Amino acid sequence: MDNYMKLEIPGKSQNEAFARVTVAAFAAQADPTIDEISDVKTAVSEAVTNAIIHGYENGPGNICITASLTGRRLEITVVDYGVGIEDIEQARQPLFTSKPELERSGMGFTIMENFMDEFSVESKPGQGTTVRMVKIFDGPPERNKA
Amino acid sequence: MEAKLKMAGKTLVVRLEGELDHHVVDGLRSRIDEKITVGKAENVLFNFQAVDFMDSSGLGMVLGRYKAVKERGGQVLACSLRPAVYRVFELSGLFSRIPVYSSEQEALKHV
Repeated sequence: MDNYMKLEIPGKSQNEAFARVTVAAFAAQADPTIDEISDVKTAVSEAVTNAIIHGYENGPGNICITASLTGRRLEITVVDYGVGIEDIEQARQPLFTSKPELERSGMGFTIMENFMDEFSVESKPGQGTTVRMVKIFDGPPERNKA
Repeated sequence: MEAKLKMAGKTLVVRLEGELDHHVVDGLRSRIDEKITVGKAENVLFNFQAVDFMDSSGLGMVLGRYKAVKERGGQVLACSLRPAVYRVFELSGLFSRIPVYSSEQEALKHV
């Protein structure tokens, strides 16, 4: 049951919920558990929020989200064409934030890393950022539960 | 996101409903801060009973209120965490700063 989706949205905060719910609805066909789908929603929300706040600094710009399913393996990319990240290692540190004045918790990358099975970031200053994440649905399929 | 704010003695009770993300935290933050600065709320209790989603933006909002209230000598509490919110609390180490209770009633005994 291999499948694929692509979504392009402007970087507006009201699209955060739309993006995570869309990816979750797509992923539902692989019968994830409730916890697994919750992890995916949170990770997508973090990546999209980062693109809006950091990538585009709350200005205009589009975000491309792709998701592909190979069996019960879900791969997601979230791409922006914004300012990029100068120091990815620093950005990945728990509690690090470049925008403390906005009350950012600095936990976005840490959450993506912990909630997903694979996580990587590629970025070029001035060109944008690509986040790639994989979730393997290895819990018992919901529909087979008693 | 809906949020009902009410005072229980000197504690502001924030009953959250729905999804707590970046899109909704700004409006919520200013409503709560008004109760802290103008309304003289000493403590803040976040009731998460009706919250089915929270990401790091929600976390930032809760931590920000924790700092604001602590500076004034008060405390922030939370209650009724559902599994998705619990995991985000756990991962971020929030349990060491914010006491969590099973119900609003139980939490209010500790202020």
